[in-house]
Amino acid sequence: MSWTTVCTLDDILPNAGAAALVGDTQLAVFRVDDRIFALDNHCPFSRANVLARGIVGSVGDTLVVASPLYKQHFSLEAGHCLEDDSISVRRFPARNENGLVQVQL
Amino acid sequence: MSHKQRLLVVGNGPVGHQFLESIVESGCATDYQITVIGEEPRPAYDRVHLTAWFETRQADALNMVADGFYATNNIDVRCGEKVVAIDRNAKTATTDSGRHYDYDQLVLATGSYPFVPPVPGHERENCFVYRTIEDLEAITAAAKNASVGAVVGGGLLGLEAAKAIKDLGLKTHVIEFAPRLMAVQVDDGGGALLRRKIEDLGVEVHTQKNTQNIGDGEHCVHKLSFADGAELETDILVFSAGIRPQDALARQCELEIGERGGIAINNYCQTSDPAIYAIGECALWNQRIFGLIAPGNEMARVAAAHILGNGDDKQFTGADMSTKLKLMGVDVASIGDAHGNTPGAKSYTFIDEQAEIYKKIVVSESGKHLLGAVLVGDADDYGNLLQFALNGIELPEHPEAMILPNIDGSASVGLGVDALPDSAQICSCNNVSKGDICAAVQGGALTVGDVKSCTKAASTCGGCTALVGQVVNAELTKLGVEVNTDLCEHFPYTRQELFHLIRVGGIKSFDELLEKHGSGKGCAICKPTAASIFASCWNEYILENQHAGLQDTNDRFLANMQNNGTFSVVPRMAGGEVTPDGLITVGSIAKKYKLYTKITGGQRVDLFGATLDQLPVIWKELIDAGFESGHAYGKSLRTVKSCVGSSWCRYGVQDSVGQAIDLENRYKGLRSPHKIKMAVSGCTRECAEAQSKDVGVIATEKGWNLYVCGNGGMKPRHADLFASDIDTETLVKYVDRLLMFYVRTADRLQRTSVWMENLEGGLDYLRQVIIDDSLGICDELERDMQSVVDSYQCEWKTTIEDEQKLKQFRSFVNADDGDKDIVFVEERGQIRPANEEEKQLNNNLIAVA
Repeated sequence: MSWTTVCTLDDILPNAGAAALVGDTQLAVFRVDDRIFALDNHCPFSRANVLARGIVGSVGDTLVVASPLYKQHFSLEAGHCLEDDSISVRRFPARNENGLVQVQL
Repeated sequence: MSHKQRLLVVGNGPVGHQFLESIVESGCATDYQITVIGEEPRPAYDRVHLTAWFETRQADALNMVADGFYATNNIDVRCGEKVVAIDRNAKTATTDSGRHYDYDQLVLATGSYPFVPPVPGHERENCFVYRTIEDLEAITAAAKNASVGAVVGGGLLGLEAAKAIKDLGLKTHVIEFAPRLMAVQVDDGGGALLRRKIEDLGVEVHTQKNTQNIGDGEHCVHKLSFADGAELETDILVFSAGIRPQDALARQCELEIGERGGIAINNYCQTSDPAIYAIGECALWNQRIFGLIAPGNEMARVAAAHILGNGDDKQFTGADMSTKLKLMGVDVASIGDAHGNTPGAKSYTFIDEQAEIYKKIVVSESGKHLLGAVLVGDADDYGNLLQFALNGIELPEHPEAMILPNIDGSASVGLGVDALPDSAQICSCNNVSKGDICAAVQGGALTVGDVKSCTKAASTCGGCTALVGQVVNAELTKLGVEVNTDLCEHFPYTRQELFHLIRVGGIKSFDELLEKHGSGKGCAICKPTAASIFASCWNEYILENQHAGLQDTNDRFLANMQNNGTFSVVPRMAGGEVTPDGLITVGSIAKKYKLYTKITGGQRVDLFGATLDQLPVIWKELIDAGFESGHAYGKSLRTVKSCVGSSWCRYGVQDSVGQAIDLENRYKGLRSPHKIKMAVSGCTRECAEAQSKDVGVIATEKGWNLYVCGNGGMKPRHADLFASDIDTETLVKYVDRLLMFYVRTADRLQRTSVWMENLEGGLDYLRQVIIDDSLGICDELERDMQSVVDSYQCEWKTTIEDEQKLKQFRSFVNADDGDKDIVFVEERGQIRPANEEEKQLNNNLIAVA
């Protein structure tokens, strides 16, 4: 599988997210310091494409994004919901390649 | 089945009503056929706070009876009907309308009547008493054609009456027979200080004046002639020379009466006829009349328990007559043996003429017990001292330390609440003991607010709020409940502490804050909190790179995110005022972008259904037409609602719209712990609903009445009157201070109502801080507010002028497409988000991308 470049590192604010479109898939791409994570942008609770707009932070040692609508937390590294074990969102390999933000679908 | 017991209550005042409530609370109300008869035209109202009628001039504000109380409990209520005779043999009461009421048990709660000295001329026109709403209405009507008012009697009620007359705009005199004001409760030293403070307020005090005649005046309606030859002219005269028990019915039916009046009762509140009870100010227990509400309520509870047959153990055994009150803004308190009449009693006195404070404690001969106290000008020690006196707690070695100011920072000698027995009465108005409060805490009430609502403690006069707080905290500690007030796992501080760290440390970014005071990466709690504090302190543009990622959902994109991920747009319409052209512009924009429009509760227009990428273009058009951000997305000032006021309304007395616009423009953009709503009404009819707002302003003929800490929403709370008849400059000054103090000290997402209720000392404390500047911070608060006002910017204007910021509003960082999943359906001629079923059916969907 090849890497797709979606934007430069500077296009995403530090410790925040941005939505990206790859094919028909809407992604939520997050930047924590200089590391990159990618999840499906679709929030399973609100059924709206909004995860990229959530606040990025940590719960214990887990890096998370909080859904902006109903505030459930999703692991940036694994995609699972911290409040409900049975729910998770798709995660995608992502990287910071010399200042380029790249994902694999 | 035998007929229900017939319970007849004569007198529908506060104590009569407490009796009914006690019966209802027992759950046995339906076992009785209950009738209550009162001669006043309305059911029970709060006579203790009678003077508060002047704030609204509406009797409803004093009403004590919950909606549906009589109907729900099947109580037959008769208003405006007076019982004139009781036949004890036939067990029947007869009223002035000729009706007969049979009873099995009769409760007399007839109260008292004001004593009017039999001075020649006392029946002239414009001579009043101060007891009922009708009295107040008559005084108000007479004041319209008067310029001078005088009150005969310098006791508690007399001073209240004097305040009322002064507030009606009359030159005011108080005439007292004794050598000092409040002669019963206060000693000479306290009386002298009280007099000075009241004279400072512009009321003339005349002591040792024995009124001998009231005749025609030369400049005013009346001339009072005193025994010492002096004279005084006045247009209105109010007698407040004490009360007499209303025992006429008891005399008529020949119950036992005290030598100087009063219906004699035993410990169960039974009169000499066991089927008849007497409670409140008409009752004489142990040769004493109790003219306070707390003993009256206690008698009501005792009588109810005895009638229900479940309370041989519940007896009336006298009552403590200690009082704490605020007279014309002056704190006055009196405890126990205030005059040191106990043999061997010794006293300590502290006088501060500079700050006008007088404190005296009376201790027993041994010096070990507190017998009484007088406090004038500063009554903060009342709760503490009262517990020492009531519970016989041994005094510290140097009891004087309890009233001396605490100058070198050493802790003042307080009373550990652990020293109190469980039986110690903490709230005397509602008879709540320390044990009751501890039980409530054990039952899960973990805050003062919870304890207040489940025990009623501190919910009447509020004098015991601080003490209730101490008991709650001590009990929580005892239970091992650690009250964790940390904001979140990343910061071991409260919001208030964080505010100070940021402000004092000059911290301007979250990274710096986290590095110096926190751990981890932050979260959806601490980030928006920090962002809000940064904005309150430094007021930088909230989408600056270092701030944007901290903002909560709505602030992040300067718009309210709706359930389908679209946003709503709210332009500011200060005071609810908008020009026709403005409305047309808003309408055209809504039409152009196919937005759903709705009028909000805050008197403006909300446009729904905008996608992220549409926000900047919509706002550009709004700003070009002269609109600015309405901050509907922020925890900040939302709207200042108004009615049209004196400009149009035939009842308005001030320009409420103009005032609302000025307030909204002053405070727009101020970030705060929670949203803030305000309103300005142009007259007492209150069409802007200001009393349901954080800051409510109601026009009076002389200026503005300021109400604070109200809210609607999930748990509505009426705002409290904070200051009366103030001018616009003072209004703005108080609101500046109040809001800044709130911004500094409230918890995250804490509305002003909960904030105020959790302040130790509540509303009184807030008045001290904001009006009296007790913390000496008012200059600073005003300065901080001015700096926020001066650095205001329309966040949307800043945004559309900055290419870099606009990039944040693209739907995708790497494509110009919109979100294809956002679809609407049409309803009542406008769009709304399609639900899942409608999306599946895929019929008549309206897509935006």
